[in-house]
Amino acid sequence: MSLTISISQYVQKLRDGTLSSEEFVAKTLERINNVEKNLHAFISINENAIEQAKQIDKKIKTKEKVGSCFGMPISIKDNICTKGMKTTCASKMLEDFVAPYDATVVSKLKSEDAIIIGKANLDEFAMGSTTEYSCFGPSRNPWNTDYVPGGSSGGSGVSVSALECIASLGSDTGGSVRSPASFCSVVGLKPTYGLISRYGLVSFAHSIEQIGPLARTVEDVAFILNIIAGQDSHDNTTIENGSPDYTKDIDVGVSGKKIGIISEMVGKGVDKDVQSATKHAISTFEKLGAECIPISLDSAQHSVAAYYTLASAEASSNLARFDNIRYGFDFSVEGYEYNSYISKVRSNLGPEVTRRMLLGTFVLSAGYYGKYYQKAQKVRSLIKSQLTESFKKVDLLLAPTMPILPFKIGEKIDDPLKIYLLDINTIIANLSGIPAISVPFAMANGLPIGIQLFANLLQEKQLLQSAYALQKTTNLPEVPI
Amino acid sequence: LTKIGLEIHCQLTKLESKLFCSCKADYRSFEPNSNICPVCMGLPGSLPILNKKAVEKAAMLSIALGCKIPPKIGFFRKNYFYPDLPKNFQITQYNAYGPTSIGYDGMIMIEDKEIKIRRIQLEEDPGRLVYSGSSEKTQITLVDYNRAGTPLVEMVTDPDFENPKQVRIFLNILADLVENLGVADPSLEGAFRVDGNISIEKGNRVEIKNVGSFRDIEKALHFEITRQQSLAERGIPIPSETRHWDEARKITVSARSKEEEQDYRYFPEEDIPRIIIEKSLLDNLKKTMPESIMSKKERYINKYGIPTQVAEVLSSDKFYSDLFEQSHTEKNAKEIANLITTDLKGFADTKEQREQLKLTPKHLSDLADAVLNNKITRSSGKTALQEILKTGKPVLEIISSLDLGNVDDESSLIKAIDAVFIDEQKAVSEAKQNPDTINYLVGKVMRKTKGKANPSLTLDIIRKKLDSK
Repeated sequence: MSLTISISQYVQKLRDGTLSSEEFVAKTLERINNVEKNLHAFISINENAIEQAKQIDKKIKTKEKVGSCFGMPISIKDNICTKGMKTTCASKMLEDFVAPYDATVVSKLKSEDAIIIGKANLDEFAMGSTTEYSCFGPSRNPWNTDYVPGGSSGGSGVSVSALECIASLGSDTGGSVRSPASFCSVVGLKPTYGLISRYGLVSFAHSIEQIGPLARTVEDVAFILNIIAGQDSHDNTTIENGSPDYTKDIDVGVSGKKIGIISEMVGKGVDKDVQSATKHAISTFEKLGAECIPISLDSAQHSVAAYYTLASAEASSNLARFDNIRYGFDFSVEGYEYNSYISKVRSNLGPEVTRRMLLGTFVLSAGYYGKYYQKAQKVRSLIKSQLTESFKKVDLLLAPTMPILPFKIGEKIDDPLKIYLLDINTIIANLSGIPAISVPFAMANGLPIGIQLFANLLQEKQLLQSAYALQKTTNLPEVPI
Repeated sequence: LTKIGLEIHCQLTKLESKLFCSCKADYRSFEPNSNICPVCMGLPGSLPILNKKAVEKAAMLSIALGCKIPPKIGFFRKNYFYPDLPKNFQITQYNAYGPTSIGYDGMIMIEDKEIKIRRIQLEEDPGRLVYSGSSEKTQITLVDYNRAGTPLVEMVTDPDFENPKQVRIFLNILADLVENLGVADPSLEGAFRVDGNISIEKGNRVEIKNVGSFRDIEKALHFEITRQQSLAERGIPIPSETRHWDEARKITVSARSKEEEQDYRYFPEEDIPRIIIEKSLLDNLKKTMPESIMSKKERYINKYGIPTQVAEVLSSDKFYSDLFEQSHTEKNAKEIANLITTDLKGFADTKEQREQLKLTPKHLSDLADAVLNNKITRSSGKTALQEILKTGKPVLEIISSLDLGNVDDESSLIKAIDAVFIDEQKAVSEAKQNPDTINYLVGKVMRKTKGKANPSLTLDIIRKKLDSK
């Protein structure tokens, strides 16, 4: 039995009775035990996982109704609430926080008999692109542990890539699912805004972010999407999607499809290995019968500035609740007046979170709102309308997920602007709400390169079909760890 | 010239649940911090779910106050730190970037004066702080979040008031209006809260906050006018500031914190998508919302011939008008209106009194019929009503057990009248000269029969007797 098993193989074996959930979960925990000291994908591990697997095995044996996940181990980014397990957001402020409820995505997975194997590492409150800003220390890239795994859902990417789970849920505010997917050679989807409930996702930039699945194959991502998508009475921003089966007809191919290559994202500033991989992806799609044409998206050059303005503005308000009064870490109020207590406890927020809260507070201040926040909203509408125009001409858009290869831990941490620019190819999907997927496509110097595809709002099905077609042409090495 | 403007906070107490979660809107009966959930506590990961009923109630109020209602409404975050605010921002509405609050540009008439309603906004109430002793000197501050998230409307007027009396009249009308609409019970503690802005000629604007009961606002405004005038007379500038009403000392005190200078960093609340207010919803509300006080009053006057003053009292009090609506027939309407506004009043002034009443609409109807059919006199009617309020027994039973039935058999009446004629010989001879004084004799007969004499029959007999002598 191999841990590289796909979801459909896993389900088949569980149905056949040739594999038990307990067996698989035990082996997964053993694997976690072996690799975690080098990788640090997890903040916490579910101590009841084996017990839960036994329960599910019992249901299978006694022919009770079993959920479609059959006890498969799934990791959850630690900014998504899980009842009875800590949800820390990799922050000192929530180091002992246990949510009294499950996020909607978690309760959906649980009701399908998935096992939450552990809570995955992230940049503090999902602010970062490398997972170096976790207050518990960085995660490491399984392809080379000196390198960053991307972020902020780094722990999710690492855990899937290093066979520490079958799939993972991350959150994507500016590329946080797709970046680690690309750097760790797994598939990561940022769905249409509103397709998946955010109830239980600790808000960083609520008008921009979505929960998204990471898995080793496109069809596995589609399987998870089937479970977690759909309107939720706990989230007013969710939308009706007609509940399609995302796994059905995933192999229809791309023949006759029109794919726009975003000119601004394939030239200047893009690493030459990434450039050649992108060219290869384009010719691959052409061979598969798609037509590729260049598309200019000049508003994208302002996307990083607009994103950091809006996301920071929302963050400054969303994170204001962490005043340590109703919950938080152990720190007595004795000797403090209200305001001085809050400022004292908030000094425990990490440098990146502090930076963004200050930035966000500034751009919302009287006299600056029009200059920054409203201007950024204008850029956002411009990006939206340019994308709408583009999708009149093409079915999909293509760009490399990350402009550069994974880099060494510590290499860029002193230069936040350089890190912000890593998001240059991913942010347009967040600002406009459209879905985007990163597919592992090539390797350079032993490091992964992911190709990103975008589709119009709610066109996840088409997006997955094209990603599947591209994935089928690849022959990538096994993870070395 | 004195200018006063008001900000009125009114909880939508008639709603089942809070503005963004399913906790109870009626938080008053709970132990501290037991009417809470992840949403109203602002726990990490929780999201607001808008209570559509609250939007409807606020829209009804906006209609009743003659407001415009925008085609789309939206919410904003008002960011500030305060211990009673679980998220450290309040979800509210904000019109600085165009009207998106539930109502704007409305108006109420008071004594031929227009008071413009600048806007009506829907927002969440914060929790409640409980101090040991006064808020300045407290060593311990406790927070009760039961109230956090309670639906609130804030109504902001233009500075159209010229004196505190107009403010009081306006607030009485407004309180009656929200109660009549069935959106709130203004008598509940903390349900109806008023802040005032006041300036005298050439003076700066002063805000008065923390006025516990809305009846105290008149006192607070009077105090402020006197205070500001005495500063002005001595040539001392009036600083623009926020002052708190000190209920114990009946004065306003300067609030040390510079609340007005705070930058709330308003921005749109994207967790709640804009809500389209369909014309069909408004039409339906207009059709189904309770009849306005004004319209009730006119109907009472025109349809039943109820005197204007009686109609005014009856229509402006929801308790009275509900009783009236449930009890009257075309024939006894006027009598019931009289019973309610003259005889019941005094026994049903407070909420507690009203809750203890054993009166049903049927009682009123039966009682009015008994008076109209000359079964009992009006004054016996009052006696019967008091008995009903206490015991809740049927009208007929009370009439017979208290022996209130009219004396209308002629022989007993004649006996009583004969006795009065003997006792009141002087009055009798006077009445013969001047028929206008005859009522004195009727009154004496009434007293003799303990108010049970049939008045018209009594009058007839007395007249005959006077003529015959």
